[in-house]
Amino acid sequence: MITVLILAANEIRSGLRNRWVVATTLLMAALALTLAFLGSAPTGNVGVDALAVTVVSLSSLTIFLLPLIALLLSYDAVVGEVERGTLILLLSYPVGRGQVVLGKFLGHTAILGFATVLGYGVAGLALVAGGEGGDAGARAAFLAMIGSSVLLGAAFTALGYLISVVSRDRGTAAGLAIGAWLGLVLLYDMGLLGALVADHGRFLSVPVVNALLLINPTDVYRLFNLSGFSDVGRFAGMAGLTGQLQTSPALLLAVLAGWVVVPLLAATLLFQRRQF
Amino acid sequence: MAETTVTLAGVAKRYGALTAVAGVDLSLEKGECIALVGHNGAGKSTLIKLMLGLIRPSEGAVRVLGEDPAANRAVRGRAGIGFLPENVAFPSAMTGVELLSFYARLKSEPTTGLKDLLARVGLAEAAGRRVGTYSKGMRQRLGLAQALLGAPRVLLLDEPTSGLDPELRRQFYDIIRTLRDDGATVLLSSHALTELEERADRVVVMNRGRMVAGGTMAELRGLVDLPVRILLRVPDNTYPGLPEILGGLGTTQRINGHIIEITCHHHDKMAVLRRIIDLPLAVEDVEIMLPTLDELYATFMKRESPR
Repeated sequence: MITVLILAANEIRSGLRNRWVVATTLLMAALALTLAFLGSAPTGNVGVDALAVTVVSLSSLTIFLLPLIALLLSYDAVVGEVERGTLILLLSYPVGRGQVVLGKFLGHTAILGFATVLGYGVAGLALVAGGEGGDAGARAAFLAMIGSSVLLGAAFTALGYLISVVSRDRGTAAGLAIGAWLGLVLLYDMGLLGALVADHGRFLSVPVVNALLLINPTDVYRLFNLSGFSDVGRFAGMAGLTGQLQTSPALLLAVLAGWVVVPLLAATLLFQRRQF
Repeated sequence: MAETTVTLAGVAKRYGALTAVAGVDLSLEKGECIALVGHNGAGKSTLIKLMLGLIRPSEGAVRVLGEDPAANRAVRGRAGIGFLPENVAFPSAMTGVELLSFYARLKSEPTTGLKDLLARVGLAEAAGRRVGTYSKGMRQRLGLAQALLGAPRVLLLDEPTSGLDPELRRQFYDIIRTLRDDGATVLLSSHALTELEERADRVVVMNRGRMVAGGTMAELRGLVDLPVRILLRVPDNTYPGLPEILGGLGTTQRINGHIIEITCHHHDKMAVLRRIIDLPLAVEDVEIMLPTLDELYATFMKRESPR
């Protein structure tokens, strides 16, 4: 366990050193603050809760941005060290291969988690300080969004590790990472939407659509944040969908956690079999 | 002394149709310095990777400090191994001392005394600089420093002296000798044959994945029977009849007026020397030139690929 922590700490230190931590945190904070203050402009003073609106806009943005950052941070983690020749040395130390994957993963997730919590937290606090803190429900929704964003980041970091372990070189890994992002973040939903329109409700029954949404971590995140809280769901225009798709928030979180654990386990198993 | 630290028994490693090494039987003892020689692709690095458990043998068994290095339970035992990879690379954003303390922590070693270790490899001044700014030789020295962490019982060094200047090379071999005398097993792989000749207790010659020869320098010389050259310094233009005196034990060649070269078989060396000593006129000087590792190596290679 100590070894895992040493490896994680080293990853965090190198993240601080090459400015990943600073850059990510600033980016997150800047976007969150922009959305929090500019994003509430269209609502004006019509009694709509600014914090709840921010949850909608910020989580929509997170779906695009966070997976991209997570994949960029992680696709290189193993294959890059193989190519630079630093991994061979590390593996000659009293370090298990599972520990290498877990330690580095924890380090990267900590970087991403720190950036998310701090970046979004600052925006949330700014709204509260500005007297637009909203009611308890909106605050809970905002905190839940921060938490699930960290989980979404961890899921895509784990996916990036899987990509990094299976790739022969960095170029392939980068391509696969972009492919995973395009596929899960953009194309999947477009495909699903297209299928729904074309299908006219013949084959795609509610349970099937429900299952299809649960397969994709970004959709799970979307469902959790945009439909989990009634107010937010109304603003997000997801109320109609939520009415039909009854999935409990606990199940959504569990699925998201599964998206962290399964790719990471697969990456560990493949890494243990790999020869250098 | 006969405590074996590393054993390879009938080891082969194949990558698809390509055979990297085959039929390797090798055991390394405590307190021994072994030189692994062979040209690029001869399988030196593959053997070292097998000993580290980075790859698994296709055939045969590897044991390092009593464990199969590729097994999960061998992880702890790796604290007793020091490794310097060929073309060592480090994360470039770290400073020398940061990296060493990271590696020391992984080996559960104290992080005090790292400055001394850096000073030992001549990196005292560069300790606080980023590794990215290091020259090739400095990276190599940092590589050595990390391999020496925690007084390893087995040291596997792949091309350790590449990029080192002569003075550092000497210091490096001093360090190696101290470790060996303290009971460590040191395996050096190198192209620098002349250097190894004086330092290694035993030489293992690899060619195309096979062990071609192994033994002390004297044993290797006995294996190939390369001619020994003896240079005589004599008063000008004496001994025109030397071939008769030697009686067919060796061939003679007059290099110039006062230097004669005798070439003879290794096993005739003493007989030839006795006859020279018994010569009535003063032989001013005798120089005996044994076949070098370079020459032995060339002969092994020629024997392997008859053309």
